[in-house]
Amino acid sequence: MLAAFEYFAPKTVEEALSLLSKYKDKAKMIAGGQSMLVVMKQRLLTPEYLIDIKGLTALDYIKYDEKQGLRIGALTIHRAIEKSPDIQKHFGVLSEMEGNLATIQTRNWGTIGGNLCHSDPAGDPATVFIVLKARFKLASSGKERIIEAEDFSTDYLEADLKPNEMLIEIQVPNPPPHTGTAYEKLMVMKGDMGVVGAAVSITLDSKGGCQDARIALSNAASIPLRAKKAEKVLIGKTINDGLLTEAGEVAATEADPPNDVHGSAEYRREMVKVFVKRVARLALEKAKAAR
Amino acid sequence: MKGEMKELKFTVNGKPYELKVKPETLLVDLLRQELKLTGTKVGCLDSACGACTVNIDGKAVRSCSVLALQANGHEVTTIEGVADGDELHPIQQAMIDHGAIECGFCTPGMVMSARALLAESPDPTREEVKEAIQGNLCADAGYVKYIEAIEIAAKEIRGGK
Repeated sequence: MLAAFEYFAPKTVEEALSLLSKYKDKAKMIAGGQSMLVVMKQRLLTPEYLIDIKGLTALDYIKYDEKQGLRIGALTIHRAIEKSPDIQKHFGVLSEMEGNLATIQTRNWGTIGGNLCHSDPAGDPATVFIVLKARFKLASSGKERIIEAEDFSTDYLEADLKPNEMLIEIQVPNPPPHTGTAYEKLMVMKGDMGVVGAAVSITLDSKGGCQDARIALSNAASIPLRAKKAEKVLIGKTINDGLLTEAGEVAATEADPPNDVHGSAEYRREMVKVFVKRVARLALEKAKAAR
Repeated sequence: MKGEMKELKFTVNGKPYELKVKPETLLVDLLRQELKLTGTKVGCLDSACGACTVNIDGKAVRSCSVLALQANGHEVTTIEGVADGDELHPIQQAMIDHGAIECGFCTPGMVMSARALLAESPDPTREEVKEAIQGNLCADAGYVKYIEAIEIAAKEIRGGK
């Protein structure tokens, strides 16, 4: 079923990085493998060397701090994020998003870092991290760098990871006061890959106007797409239904959606309008209720 | 070297194993072909149907979507390890008594998903039950009976309360 490869299960991050710098692009890292084994079964991916990092428990953590915000180790499983009391309390949108990410079986073994590095534009976490202004910490032997979540995906299944680099940590800042964030996707059945999805974060000023907005779309381009023009429709205004509709329409012009068995590009554009409006309204309600 | 066998130490249904395994072996293939535990079914091999669901450290996981070597150091439970000797697990008994089993192909996966659920949540809501077996497809669409059977089993395990 799978093409043969040489297998390593390093015990430490340093060991994993040294294997990676030795074999570079002939090697692939596998975490939970919930996406990667699918493409390996299809032989779209046939690595010579497989570095299994699933057992690196040092990267399995969720840390919350009132000042620093949230830090999630790359090898934290989806289910842990869904069920974390800190995340449910302070970053509810992440827990809600995880609750619709595939099935419990997938969430019990698949990791957040694996999901992000797979860089599927239909993936749910990336869009939510983009609107939460998250940063990703990447490491190679002896070096670290930080990248904005929105810059991580570079193309379909391609990420800004050098052959000797791995994702270590996701850092999510605490949102400013009066911020609401929401994510929804169009599913035929709960847990489906979204036909399209939208993540929206809205921050209100003291007078109830829109101080800041972020909008990102899943499965609407070759990468998780930040819809910057749509954001500008909302920023600095007092949001009403007409503006929400306009933001959806502008986002649809920014989208370059795929045309496949799950939906035509034309249909997806229409759904981008619907979902941006719907999710932005949800985010607005949350922002009004937030302290 | 490519394809070089690697050592796997793990337990299956409480029994410790030390094996040499080809790295490209999926957990489901190891269970069925090497260990002859054929109760775990292969449906789609594509992480869609849930028929191959086992418990790893008590959690429901699809054995077609895990490398056998990734089970190193873990405790795997398959449908063969669920009953207590000749006495069926309350989930199995409830599924039989309640008529939840039709062709039976998805049943081992359903039992393993339900077992993981009840270990974590002994008194689940109906929504939790549905969510727990959401990733287990039943070609006979016998979901309602399965949901009810899991609720009956949960009550039985709680001592009838």
